Amino acid sequence: MATAISILPAQQLATLNDAYRKAVARKRLKATVAAAVFCAALFIAALGADVNLHTFFTYFGNFLSYFDRILTLDSGARVWTDPVEWFWGLKKWLRLLGETLLISYVGTLTGAVFAFALNFFAAQNTAPGPWVRFIVRRLLEFARTVPGIVFALIFVIAFGLGPMAGVLAIAIHTTGALGKLFAEIVENADMKPVEGIRSTGASWLSCMRFAILPQVSAGYASYALLRFEINVREASVMGFVGAGGIGQELVVAIRKFYYSDVSAILVTIIVTVFIIDISTGWLRGRLFGKETRR
Amino acid sequence: MSQMPRPDTTELRAKYPGVFERPASARLAMPAMIVGALAIFIYGLVDLDFSPTKLITGMSQLGWITMMMIPPNPGSSFPLYMQALGETLSIALLGTTLAALLALPVSLLAARNIIASNLIRFPVRRFLDSIRGVDTLIWALVWINVVGLGPFAGVLAIMVSDFGAFGKLFSEAIEAADRKQVEGIRASGGNALHEIRFGLLPQVLPVIAGQVLYFIESNTRSATIIGIVGAGGIGLQLAEQIRVLEWQKVSFLILMILIAVAAIDFISSKLRFAIIGQRAVV
Repeated sequence: MATAISILPAQQLATLNDAYRKAVARKRLKATVAAAVFCAALFIAALGADVNLHTFFTYFGNFLSYFDRILTLDSGARVWTDPVEWFWGLKKWLRLLGETLLISYVGTLTGAVFAFALNFFAAQNTAPGPWVRFIVRRLLEFARTVPGIVFALIFVIAFGLGPMAGVLAIAIHTTGALGKLFAEIVENADMKPVEGIRSTGASWLSCMRFAILPQVSAGYASYALLRFEINVREASVMGFVGAGGIGQELVVAIRKFYYSDVSAILVTIIVTVFIIDISTGWLRGRLFGKETRR
Repeated sequence: MSQMPRPDTTELRAKYPGVFERPASARLAMPAMIVGALAIFIYGLVDLDFSPTKLITGMSQLGWITMMMIPPNPGSSFPLYMQALGETLSIALLGTTLAALLALPVSLLAARNIIASNLIRFPVRRFLDSIRGVDTLIWALVWINVVGLGPFAGVLAIMVSDFGAFGKLFSEAIEAADRKQVEGIRASGGNALHEIRFGLLPQVLPVIAGQVLYFIESNTRSATIIGIVGAGGIGLQLAEQIRVLEWQKVSFLILMILIAVAAIDFISSKLRFAIIGQRAVV
């Protein structure tokens, strides 16, 4: 059942082809110009960042052999042939990892409490006045944009070396990040319960407590758990600036070229992060069912 | 006003015992969780050496530092700081672009609808996961060991850590793509490469471009902090000024970072909307 494909008359075809080519040519020109601008930006960036391909190719072998070196014990054997020797400091590292987890836990909880206190003032539908909202929003933005480790650097000087600086730095950053997310949940909440409660003559506080809170608390807890996950990673590097946790040990091992220690500490960190990710994911699914599992 | 008739609760109680008398386990679950959370919190405060005196002296120190920060003043090093900021932006742009270029082919290997076999996909995914498990700062330290101090180490650090993230995000974008266009290409006689080029890429490229722009934005932030360990850019200046307690310069640098991040935010969100239209995917 071969059917001939009917071809349009040549004249009609020519105009159609012409229009098609024009449309494609315009698109191509646009894409070329965009690509050229992007390449120029990259070139300027390469000059700005001191990119030296010669160094890169000379030392790239070092990068690969670095992994070879961190997987070799002092005796020259591979690390996995002698796990006891590889993880010789496991007891100390586990204690420091515990400290890291505590730093992120205390920091997350403190940050979540502050975010909770502030978010009703930042959400459009519940803020008592536009000025309050503007100030609270800028405050949260500031806390969120300045990286946590910069806060840690400053707090280490104010509060002294140690985990306290790390906790406070994480708490501030968490306040900023969670405050914004919490406010967004509140903005999506149904306002009819608020009207109902206000019509009985309730104060602003009672409106928040009995109309908004029951709608949003599950979302809050879910976001706080997610933040805890992120903060565990963050806390693992707080030690780089002296703010407690496992980071201190890692930075010493890297700087002093204790190769097998580097890989051992990295493995413990990665495993811990995996376990935390999986267990908080499980907890979120368990606590809030499927609808909040995004 | 008429009184509402009181409902007969005894009958309702008998009918729905579960509503009126919840089992003890359900009633106690919430308080038990709160007590447990508080107990860990207090243990944490004790274990991490929190003390009211430390907190108060620290706060007064912090207040003093804040007073010293006002007004922000770069002194005579303003040109140096502008150059450092340029370096930071360069690190973010270059690192993200390189990461995206490297991640694109690998993400094809990690996507279910391209590589059906678990044998390749599974190791590729775990590999990407473990790269993501290591923080950018740690990668920066490693690269400093390899190529020396300076912004180039920063570029490579951002490249490696974003490679892990992009690999995962791109492969998810590819998996979400519509099968039908690929099938159309195959029906008209295209080979596997044609399918990817004409069936898949037009669908996923806008999504990928949006994600790359978003990462350039967030990497401006990461690029400021990797300077702290010596990988160039404005973070290096910031860490140095904090160490020598030049608070007016510190506040000026923080202000510069905030303004730069806000500007990049603005530009990239405009570009993102231009590329992917109003349906913001990211």
